[in-house]
Amino acid sequence: MFENIQLLAENPVGLLNLIFDGIMIGAVFALIAYGMALVWGVMNIINLTQGEYVIFGGFIAFYTAGQWTFRIDAIGLSLTWPGVHALWALLLAPAVLYVIGWVVYRLVIFRIVDRDMFTSILATFGISILLQQFMNSVFTADDVIAPHNMGTWSAWRTDMGELAIERVRVVALAFALVVGGFLAFYLKYTRDGQSIRAVAQNARAARLMGIDANRVYARTYALNAALCGVAGVLVSMTLTIHAFTGLIYTVRAFMIVIIAGLGNVTGVIVAGLGLGAAEKVAEFVIGTSYQVAFVTGLLLVVLLYRSVRLAMQRKYLA
Amino acid sequence: MTGTSPMAGDGSSRRFFILCLAIGAVSIVAPFVFPAIVKQLSIFWVMVIVAYTWDTMGGQLGYNSFGNIVFFGAGLYVSAIIQIAPFTNMRAYTAAGEQGSALALSMGQYLGGLAPGLIAAALVGFALAIVFGFVILGLRGHYFAIGTLALGIFIAQIFANWEYVGAGSGIIMPDLPGRGRASDQDKSLLFYFLCFALAAATIVFLRWLYATRFGLAINAIRDDEDKAEAMGIATTLYKVVAWSVSGFFLGVCGALYGNIVRFVDPEETAFDGPGLGVWMVLMAVLGGKGSLWGPLIGAVLFHATKELLWTYLLGFQNIALGLLVIIIVVFFPEGIMGWIHSRWPQLFGERVEISAQSAAAR
Repeated sequence: MFENIQLLAENPVGLLNLIFDGIMIGAVFALIAYGMALVWGVMNIINLTQGEYVIFGGFIAFYTAGQWTFRIDAIGLSLTWPGVHALWALLLAPAVLYVIGWVVYRLVIFRIVDRDMFTSILATFGISILLQQFMNSVFTADDVIAPHNMGTWSAWRTDMGELAIERVRVVALAFALVVGGFLAFYLKYTRDGQSIRAVAQNARAARLMGIDANRVYARTYALNAALCGVAGVLVSMTLTIHAFTGLIYTVRAFMIVIIAGLGNVTGVIVAGLGLGAAEKVAEFVIGTSYQVAFVTGLLLVVLLYRSVRLAMQRKYLA
Repeated sequence: MTGTSPMAGDGSSRRFFILCLAIGAVSIVAPFVFPAIVKQLSIFWVMVIVAYTWDTMGGQLGYNSFGNIVFFGAGLYVSAIIQIAPFTNMRAYTAAGEQGSALALSMGQYLGGLAPGLIAAALVGFALAIVFGFVILGLRGHYFAIGTLALGIFIAQIFANWEYVGAGSGIIMPDLPGRGRASDQDKSLLFYFLCFALAAATIVFLRWLYATRFGLAINAIRDDEDKAEAMGIATTLYKVVAWSVSGFFLGVCGALYGNIVRFVDPEETAFDGPGLGVWMVLMAVLGGKGSLWGPLIGAVLFHATKELLWTYLLGFQNIALGLLVIIIVVFFPEGIMGWIHSRWPQLFGERVEISAQSAAAR
């Protein structure tokens, strides 16, 4: 551990490399957190299914990019998918996830919108177990990464080393920013987006103004799932995914939201980028096997910090 | 919220006593009637204990913890270390992992390790709950829920990376000495009765505890923490004590469980957050949060269903589990005791006005 810190101290370019890598994937984390904050703010539900939607999107990218054959021997059906560039999944994944989000809302979430937090946490946790198992048995139980073959871009050569950036990470950063920007625009300027914000502010008043709050909730939840789908495509091109690794993305998103606070878009972006960079550096220093421990430990530290700060003012996190 | 105020009256005490005798008699006879499933019956009592200790937090105190599994797993590991480390080189033993053979001990060594192992597990569960309690019980509501979820994953990851206790590959627990069918029977009976005794102790202790001022205080915290604090209840202290009671019983329970399954593994047995960590919540909610018999009813139903159906579901167990969580939480949040309570409130010592009753009937 200490050797690694020394190594970083001696090699600032290497450190910079880690930070750049982290920041670019951090933008994707910010996107997931944005979706979580949206659902949290509008429906007052902490959606623990976030990570599973991400992994689902990731699997879509994996199957878009890979070659596979779908065969039903009984009727002699055999379909072969040639495999296209993984980025095409950016069109498919949000569409599929939007539908899944809509269905999940219609089946489960709309029954728990007005109930207490415990119910919504446990119910979304149940959905996440369900989705994990579904993906594990229907897709694959292996660690996968969507192949893309985009190579690295040597941004800066110095005597001390080279600043090499994977192109896919730049793409991820760019798409995360573009999608986030679109969403912000949608919420601010379109009629549908304005109705979402109206319901978030006061659902009852919005109903009186003729807004169908139930529809708005459904749209919000489905939109969040679609957002996670996009994030999942970008994640799976960069990091390995597995059917059971979704929860850690939920934890990251939750952490980003509570660092930034609800309704603070700039905060979400900064916290997301910061978390990505911190994680990447920590991964180098303490090793990959401690990555999950680092993320959950950091969440505990953040929660405690906020709670102690508030306790000094005789308030509490709520 | 289905709060019950345990009546210390005569009738209630007598009913409790008779119920306990009946359950006790069935439990003592059961392993002899069904010798083939003694292990499952022991695990049933483990389920009862985890459901009750969860309910202390989730039902009585109103703090929905997803991290109780931490004390369970810690107890499991502590007893494993105490039962193994004095008799062999722990590091070499755990390095062999699943492929190694179980440690052979003499009877004296085995029992001499087991007894302090159980006590140490209890104390470690208790102490950990105090430490984590002071740190994390300042969080409320969903922050507490997700904080404890993170705590569970965090601790599991630490153990999964700790070489001394076998890291991810786990530890094989020593076996009770003796060979042959007769001694196999004795082994499982020993742990059956240990589990039963612990479960009985848990239920009796918790019933007593809920009937004291302490019980009233934690129920007050559940109903309105700010008001409780304003009334002069030292809320943090009460919360920590409640959690440490959970931790105490969970620690022993984990140690017993480790000896029953005879294998300690960070993700499958010790810190099985998606499994046992969810089951304990599910059992308490199914039976009825915040009631004395709810967790027992929930555990009976859940464990019986699980043992009977699980093997037929093949790869779909966890899909079924996810569905079960959703269905119970969404459609049946009051649980069985809550349903009985609202159906026949007079059973719970509540006076029912005739007009209200007939109104309900209409």
